Amino acid sequence: MVPNMRPVDEREFSRLLTEATATTTPLALVGGGSKENIGRPMQTGATLSTRGLRGVTLYEPSEMVMSARAGTGLAQIEDALASCGQMLAFEPLSLAGVVGGNAEEATIGGVFATNLSGARRVRVGASRDHLLGIKAVNGRGEIFKSGGRVMKNVTGYDLCRGIAGSWGTLAVMCEVTFKVQPIPEDTATLILLGLPDEIAVEVLCDAMATPYEVSAAVHLQPTLVARLWHEPLRRQGQAVTVLRLENFAKSVAYRKERLAAHLKAYGEIHELDASNSLAFWGELRQLSVLQGSDAPLWRISTAPSVGPKVVAAISAYMDCKAFYDWSGGLVWAEVLATTDAGAADVRRVIATHGGHATLIRAEPQVRAAVEVFQPLESGLEKLSRKLKSTFDPAGILNPGRMYTTF
Amino acid sequence: MALVKLPEPDRAIVARRDAIAQDLRRLVDARAVISDEDGRRAYETDALTAYRRLPLAVVLPASTEEVSRALRYCHQNGIKVVARGAGTSLSGGALPAEDAVVIGVSRMSRVLEIDYVNRIARVEVGVTNLGISEAVKAQEFFYAPDPSSQLACTLAGNIGMNSGGAHCLKYGVTTNNVLGLKMVLMDGEVIEIGGTHLDAPGYDLMGLVIGSEGQLGIVTEATVRILRAAEGARPMLLGFDSSEAAGKCVSAIIAAGIVPVAVEFMDKPAIEVCEAFAKAGYPEVEALLIVEVEGAPHEIDGLLALISEIAKPFGPKAVRISQSAEQSAAIWKGRKAAFGAIGRISDYYCMDGVIPLGKLGEVLVSIAHICDRHGLKVANIFHAGDGNLHPLILFDANDAVQADKAEQAGHEILELCVASGGCLTGEHGVGIEKRDLMRAQFNDTDLAVQMRVKTVFDPKWLLNPAKVFPLDGRDAALEVA
Repeated sequence: MVPNMRPVDEREFSRLLTEATATTTPLALVGGGSKENIGRPMQTGATLSTRGLRGVTLYEPSEMVMSARAGTGLAQIEDALASCGQMLAFEPLSLAGVVGGNAEEATIGGVFATNLSGARRVRVGASRDHLLGIKAVNGRGEIFKSGGRVMKNVTGYDLCRGIAGSWGTLAVMCEVTFKVQPIPEDTATLILLGLPDEIAVEVLCDAMATPYEVSAAVHLQPTLVARLWHEPLRRQGQAVTVLRLENFAKSVAYRKERLAAHLKAYGEIHELDASNSLAFWGELRQLSVLQGSDAPLWRISTAPSVGPKVVAAISAYMDCKAFYDWSGGLVWAEVLATTDAGAADVRRVIATHGGHATLIRAEPQVRAAVEVFQPLESGLEKLSRKLKSTFDPAGILNPGRMYTTF
Repeated sequence: MALVKLPEPDRAIVARRDAIAQDLRRLVDARAVISDEDGRRAYETDALTAYRRLPLAVVLPASTEEVSRALRYCHQNGIKVVARGAGTSLSGGALPAEDAVVIGVSRMSRVLEIDYVNRIARVEVGVTNLGISEAVKAQEFFYAPDPSSQLACTLAGNIGMNSGGAHCLKYGVTTNNVLGLKMVLMDGEVIEIGGTHLDAPGYDLMGLVIGSEGQLGIVTEATVRILRAAEGARPMLLGFDSSEAAGKCVSAIIAAGIVPVAVEFMDKPAIEVCEAFAKAGYPEVEALLIVEVEGAPHEIDGLLALISEIAKPFGPKAVRISQSAEQSAAIWKGRKAAFGAIGRISDYYCMDGVIPLGKLGEVLVSIAHICDRHGLKVANIFHAGDGNLHPLILFDANDAVQADKAEQAGHEILELCVASGGCLTGEHGVGIEKRDLMRAQFNDTDLAVQMRVKTVFDPKWLLNPAKVFPLDGRDAALEVA
């Protein structure tokens, strides 16, 4: 097998995977490589790239659906959608600036393979929720499909969900079909300053429980505000608690006023206009405030009201800078470097408070030594291991990237 | 209706009924085991009533532990199990078998915890779909998926079938609204997937379980998202002189960036029957749309006015914008009564295909041809926003020949949906009804990949047997597993 393979259709993928299984050759699956520094480092015999599979194969704006071959650049997808006033509603994150991959080259396949979603996830669901259909090749070299191109489909088991977020360890997605949404006519951003974490998350949860369809709810601690690219906010020098409204302009104007009135007891409400709003949310999509640092970075998902408790508990063990997304339920925690990136303590905190934690950024030797993904309960671990072996019996697809045992 | 063949029961198991029932009575509250014929009769079918089978026995556990003990016993003794919620499946998903124990979750119906701060509710899955929304209504929250059987159907069945509803264009289906599950595997092991946080760690096992039609395990508890209700909602009615025009109007609304909370379509036969029954004052048109939007009163006014403008190029014959709760009720009255209204004039067979919206016109013409060929009438109701088509084939259930024709026509319609780029089922599930049509949509490899997932969870294939997958392909598919 040649070290770097870039098949151009699923039949070639099928042939190569059949061969790799026959010779038990472990393969590293890559799209654009923007997230290659995430996960456990792997020992593989060759690299299999989806970059030979490019192009949008179907786009029906009036049905809110698009299909694309997996190696198509995310930027190309988003440009095509924007030209018809549409977008990927789950706001896929760009992690390259944080983990040192290639930002330009994120692929649509990689977006679904990692199930990474941005701020709007709290309102509209994750990338996995937008995946309608896949054509994929498993470790056995079998080409299979699941789902389709229509919005509603319960025909057979929902393998799209099973494959999304599996980080290329179950199958190679060759083509993905997904739901898209209109770009809102207008965006407004409301900001409260200087709130401690607990109160800030209370504000976020309160806002999410209004009928105004808040589409993002985040809170940044002061040390991270200091890293914002957005100068007026950076200059505030204190924590910022930020809410986004998106809709038709008239609705945004009305809802902004109502929401501000609803939250006024928490403090003065500041506002970003539409263009400043887009700039701010644009930089958050790139996790601007977590860039420019080599410190270990954890991504923790928990119940929103528990987020500040998790951060407080971690802070008791180590220096911790926190960015709360998803109304407080997603915590990006940058911690002081130690031999285990704080893994033992972070895991202990999660065990007490609930949720799961992924070590997104750390030196390779650390990622090799600790569990990068949340260790699974024994029942789930057993099922997951069996699932891996049914899709990939020889264990050739990204072996060990998620877990040491499969 | 007899197109679907059900496998011969295992006579040895059936002969042991009394002993099995006795054993089960030692494992769960004895009153929760039903083995007499009259008692079992109540569970012999679901909402696909043409198919009936008396179950071996029925167990109605009150706790996850009881489900676990019953399943472990059945697993050890090689006894098949059919999980059951309220038995409202239209695809035979809850149809029992003579050699299978029905485990019904109807007694496990408590709302365990409501957390408005984190916007979640933890419930036992025997709760009805509407029961969840009712429990949080006072705080103006709701549970989003709303299948039309929501008054009766349980969350258990919703999870089994990944149910949708009229509002899923905006709010998603069951899999988009569940955060955590507690479930019992066939061997009795209890596992918990997800929890109160978003996006479970590791593989998305929850995503695989939801929509697996009770074949991977029995879910007993779930944590679901609850949402704050919009300030208000109001519909408008649009009449057109062709189905194509109505379909194009829906496309134009969506292309304009409006995602209505519901877009319902009815064709002329459906309009006429509903009008005769409900006297909703529907116009005499070939096709009718009900479009509902949400927001504050002035936001709704703005959106409905905008939709009226968008509709103009498609030559609407009637445009009626609701101005009040009474007018809203009148617009919805016919549509909501549709199934009952049609049921009053005839037996009907309700299909559940999905098509790309752009194919609506040609698909409706083909459906009419198919039904004509079988000498049957059809009325079409369509969740236009998401392409979910419900043709109602009218027939006389007492006429066996006509019943078979209806079933045959239904199968042809579903094959047409697949050939048009859609799928066999949007929300009712495969069950027994569409089991043998699966090859219209999937090849043997596609099916094998799914069936191996079944084997991961239930290696002996004891859960909800003879459903979802064609019976003949199973052994060949699993040979390579």
